[in-house]
Amino acid sequence: MKILVFVKRVPDTGSVIRIQPGTGRIVEDGLSFIMSPYDEYAVEEALRLKEACGGEVTAVSVGREDAAAVLRKCLAMGADEAWLIKDDLPETFDGLRMAKIIAGLVRQKFPRADLLLFGRQSAGADNGQSPAMTAALLGLPQATEVTRLEVTGDRATAWREIEGGIEKTEFELPAVVSAHKGLNEPRYETLRGIMAAKKKTIPVLSPEELELSPEQLAPAVSILDLDVPPAKQAGKSLRGNADETVKELVRLLREEAKVI
Amino acid sequence: MIAVFIEVHNGQAKRSSLEVLSEAARLARPDGSRVTALFAGGGPAAEAGEAFRFGAAEAIYLESPALAAYSAQGYALAVAGWLEESGPDLVLFAATALGKDLAPRVAALLDVGLVSDCTCLRKGRDGFEFVRPAYGGKVLLTLTMNRRPALAALRPNVFKLEGQDQAGGQVVVKKIGIPAGAIKGMVTGIENAGGAELDISEADVVIAGGRGMKESANFALLEELASLFPRAAVGASRSAVDSGWIGHQHQIGQTGKIVSPALYMAFGISGAMQHLAGMSSSRCIVAVNKDPEAPIFKAADYGIIGDLFEIIPRLKEELGHSSDYGRKGSPPV
Repeated sequence: MKILVFVKRVPDTGSVIRIQPGTGRIVEDGLSFIMSPYDEYAVEEALRLKEACGGEVTAVSVGREDAAAVLRKCLAMGADEAWLIKDDLPETFDGLRMAKIIAGLVRQKFPRADLLLFGRQSAGADNGQSPAMTAALLGLPQATEVTRLEVTGDRATAWREIEGGIEKTEFELPAVVSAHKGLNEPRYETLRGIMAAKKKTIPVLSPEELELSPEQLAPAVSILDLDVPPAKQAGKSLRGNADETVKELVRLLREEAKVI
Repeated sequence: MIAVFIEVHNGQAKRSSLEVLSEAARLARPDGSRVTALFAGGGPAAEAGEAFRFGAAEAIYLESPALAAYSAQGYALAVAGWLEESGPDLVLFAATALGKDLAPRVAALLDVGLVSDCTCLRKGRDGFEFVRPAYGGKVLLTLTMNRRPALAALRPNVFKLEGQDQAGGQVVVKKIGIPAGAIKGMVTGIENAGGAELDISEADVVIAGGRGMKESANFALLEELASLFPRAAVGASRSAVDSGWIGHQHQIGQTGKIVSPALYMAFGISGAMQHLAGMSSSRCIVAVNKDPEAPIFKAADYGIIGDLFEIIPRLKEELGHSSDYGRKGSPPV
């Protein structure tokens, strides 16, 4: 089974995000970067499927050269190889452009891939668009935000949470699947894995080498503004014993906030 | 024209879809644009009365036996095909589980961008402007779309439901041909369907617990409290979920769900950046925590420094006998 897993380098989810005013960009100085947490579930699932069914796992990232660190982590976790599609643009918040690059790579380099695994969204752009868009561009079935996946031969079943229930989808391979928390518990890299990952070469491709024209790569969205949300006014601290504070709280919720 | 995709659940238009329709009607009013409600399915035409009541001027039902069960492939083909034919300026979805699955697929088929999880939209000088949170709500992003139609999925619970005095109308049925073999996967079942549990992203009141809840069994306290409100659900911080006290579908935060209920009550949640990102757009935030330094108090409208195990029972009592809710037990959701 040939599995591709797509990963993205994002700011650590515990970071404070600051803005470069007027640029539509965040300040990267002083931020630490990680593999987007949902992508870890995708990598883990790819490795588990390989362990169960045999095959090969290729990790791919689209981004600047520093995305290689995230690919090394995939290799250290157990991916067989990793590819970097070098794209120097900062975050564009454009899922379609990303999907076109990914679909271009699949068409040209991995036309026989059985499964394309993604995190449900990157923790950053928070778009959650590329998996379904890639599936559409390649004409593949999709299962997004999956919390359980079973693969049998050339068919698969995925379960995902919807409002008020668990939805079961059955589909043919090749397919696109995006991973949600709950799918698995990602493994840690082993020291041996880390050492081995350091020795591997990560091939680098440009979107141009994937025969994507500038028109195809033209952004579908434009950033008008990027800003931090307005600071919240200081709230009220309720004092007194439990009886008094609770009575006061209920009164405020009813009369001031009018939410109950 | 503004087209709104309407999700139907148990024969009824979903509330999130009606919120989107209400917003479409508000946007359309100044220049008299037409709002079209778009349904899809495999059986008899959907009941569209609600759609007219919430602002649709017309309702289209895309019908094909291949759409009897949901598949992203089939629905996206049908919806994208109709959009191409009818050329709306703006197409809106609700950012529900289905909406998030379908909208990007439709966008890619039309070769246009999509705004995910939009929380505000307006008509600017050069077309529609969309505001949405990014970096887990730490940043607000304003986008415009470079190609037509503009597509957006609107966050549930943010846009106000607004009924209209619109006269009803007829549903126009469009038979859709879907080529054999075009659908390579579809939904084959829903487990817990009709389950009483309301998703936290759709709840009007979210009662959330964190590390301060101490153990799994104590989440029952939050459930009891939630049962005193209509449309309430129990949420949790990441540390509570990672401790195995409650399922991850309840997790609120940057790597969980983003919620914006009218009332958010945080019990024993310290308020890590991760968590604040997921709930700070709630209308009213109440925090109860023993630690006066807990960062959650900075996000709260009302803070109580105290022991949640003392506060919750009093709160239940106070809400129980001074409210209309709760007297008849747990109201339907």
